[in-house]
Amino acid sequence: MNKSLIKKITSNQLFIPIMALLLLAVINLIVDPGFFKVTLRTNNDGNPVLSGSLITILDYGSELAILAIGMTLVTAASGGQDISVGATIAIAGSAMLRVLCGTNPRPDAIQAPIIVAFLVACLVGMLCGAFNGALVSIFKIQPMIATLILFTAGRPIAAWINFNRLPIVPDPKFKYFGGFIPGIPIPTTVFIMLLCVLVIALVLKFTNLGLYTQAVGINEKSARLNGINPTFVKFLAFVILGLCVAVAALIKVSRIATINYNVIAKDIEMDAILAVALGGNALSGGKFNMWASVLGAYVIQALTTTLYKFHISSDALAAYKAVVVILLVFFSAPKVREYVGDFFKKMKAKKKTAQLVAVGDSAAEVISGENEEVEEDN
Amino acid sequence: MKKVVALIMASVFAFSVVGCSKKEDKKETTKSDETKAESQTPEKKDGLIKVGIINNDPNESGYRTANDADLKAMFTKENGYDASFNYSLKNDEQIQYAKTFIQDEVDYLLLSAADTAGWDSVLQDAKAAGVKVILFDRTIDADPSLYEASIVSDMNKEGQTAVDWLASQNLPEYNVIHIQGVMGSAAQQGRSGALDKKVAAEGNWKIVKQQTAEWNAEKAQQIVQSVIDSGEKFNVIYAENDDMAKGAVAALDAAGISHGVGKDVVVMGFDCNKWALEELLKQNWNYDGQCNPFQASYIDAIIKDLEAGKTPEKTIIMEEKGFDAATIKQEDVDKYGI
Repeated sequence: MNKSLIKKITSNQLFIPIMALLLLAVINLIVDPGFFKVTLRTNNDGNPVLSGSLITILDYGSELAILAIGMTLVTAASGGQDISVGATIAIAGSAMLRVLCGTNPRPDAIQAPIIVAFLVACLVGMLCGAFNGALVSIFKIQPMIATLILFTAGRPIAAWINFNRLPIVPDPKFKYFGGFIPGIPIPTTVFIMLLCVLVIALVLKFTNLGLYTQAVGINEKSARLNGINPTFVKFLAFVILGLCVAVAALIKVSRIATINYNVIAKDIEMDAILAVALGGNALSGGKFNMWASVLGAYVIQALTTTLYKFHISSDALAAYKAVVVILLVFFSAPKVREYVGDFFKKMKAKKKTAQLVAVGDSAAEVISGENEEVEEDN
Repeated sequence: MKKVVALIMASVFAFSVVGCSKKEDKKETTKSDETKAESQTPEKKDGLIKVGIINNDPNESGYRTANDADLKAMFTKENGYDASFNYSLKNDEQIQYAKTFIQDEVDYLLLSAADTAGWDSVLQDAKAAGVKVILFDRTIDADPSLYEASIVSDMNKEGQTAVDWLASQNLPEYNVIHIQGVMGSAAQQGRSGALDKKVAAEGNWKIVKQQTAEWNAEKAQQIVQSVIDSGEKFNVIYAENDDMAKGAVAALDAAGISHGVGKDVVVMGFDCNKWALEELLKQNWNYDGQCNPFQASYIDAIIKDLEAGKTPEKTIIMEEKGFDAATIKQEDVDKYGI
């Protein structure tokens, strides 16, 4: 019974990301226990804020976690990845600033309520998602190729939306989304992330989205034969990712109250895909575990924060990250885990046979001993 | 229902395709207009000097936008120029544009090369065709006889000016957070080099953290946050561009650390964006180093010299300022902000 429990734990998809987090925690504990210190400070606006490495991980990991939600669905449904996420963040962020600042890049007050700007950004994000989704689901183009279009064109489009100027949002309230709300010492991004996770949890629980997505990802034909429309499911996955992108764009743009089209959310798509992979989800689609992906996102952020904390030279940072990522991905790959599982099974089997052989030997000894006794009697 | 959804999707797709192609069309028509205009006037248009300008994409950065606007303002008919512009961030495309300009028999080819290598043969063609080449903003690895002059920023000097300014502040000790640009870029090497040398030479200069944020504000914010989290002492932030300085300041603000003139932390940036100079004016930052994008007047002077039969200097290094928050004025912001 004990053994089956261990097996249950190790075969759970959450095992690898949790182990990775624990490993990073242990490394940090050994090198500098200060990593776990959380202090209450007062920021320059006079409001209380929590500060510390753990808070930093929670804060900066949020947008990646939100993106991981959408990316998991896209991966599961289409068996491919969306590489235009970073560029779409630039587009959605640019649209948001265009609404907030109007035609004047340096207005004295915002031109529209933040909620309107956010809704416009959501619409733009979902349109971009719909564009990708249509290419993938209707025109059957491979996801990576389909999303390559926006990956290439996205940042110039973002620049074009604001006439290539860099608007700065004057309203301090806009900074709350990527910072702190006065009086609440926990980063707002954490609440936004929790809200997104809650919404997707409810959707997965009360609708057939999860089931349909997995069915389409595992076998499109049999899904169709069972009355599921694979085209729509794939399309929907991309639109949901578009929505996640808009939320991430809100956080990203809010952090510095402006945008730089060329560097905002650069290479974030790779981190989002990595989060899905770290969660042990097959990148070829099919079954998925949303929470493993979300945890995977925090593993990546914990790694980044840890690497920043250590005094690693700029040139070597990418190399360190690559090594850790290779190891993590290697051990979370289903094939490797299967192999390791088999290996342990074999070990167990060997032990058993060894025991059997040992038992057999002793039995033989007993028999031979008896024989000896008999001989002596003779 | 299905049909409706399909229709909507189709229209969305069509819309986006049209959206894309519209932009393309616009580009092409302007281009063909240009070529048409050029083909109609194969010779010099009564006294106008014909220049072909190849630049990097103005969307690349605020610096490039300012650079492009400056060139466009200078090379007009009123100033005696007949100018055509082409943009690309890719070297091979730029070389193609150069070939086209040579075929169009421009008098001058102005070039800001995307890459340093690969220009020899096309510049030889230009020389054979009697087209004079002037390099601006970036140099190339080619024989100097192939071009008339090159106008460049000296990144090492920019770094040195900034470090000299920092040294002149006479802080009792310098604990510097050094946020670097994309590793290997000319700006990063020049701006890092001066600081590294100073830190190695002086006993009371120490680098608390040296890390690349790849020109990204948010990465800079995280790097500074990591230093704050670790509780290490620092009193200078040396960010190699304005965006990263802004990210760093956001981290300071969140942690309640004061910055600016006469405060706990000295903030330094580069590039002289207008908003950055305004931060200086408000005394939230201490220093901003210029990377001069206004090259048009230099080019104009060279062309005038060449037309008059004079030989200009081969390498011209532009004057670049460093602004101190204690002395900056509103006029500086208006004049030098990009």
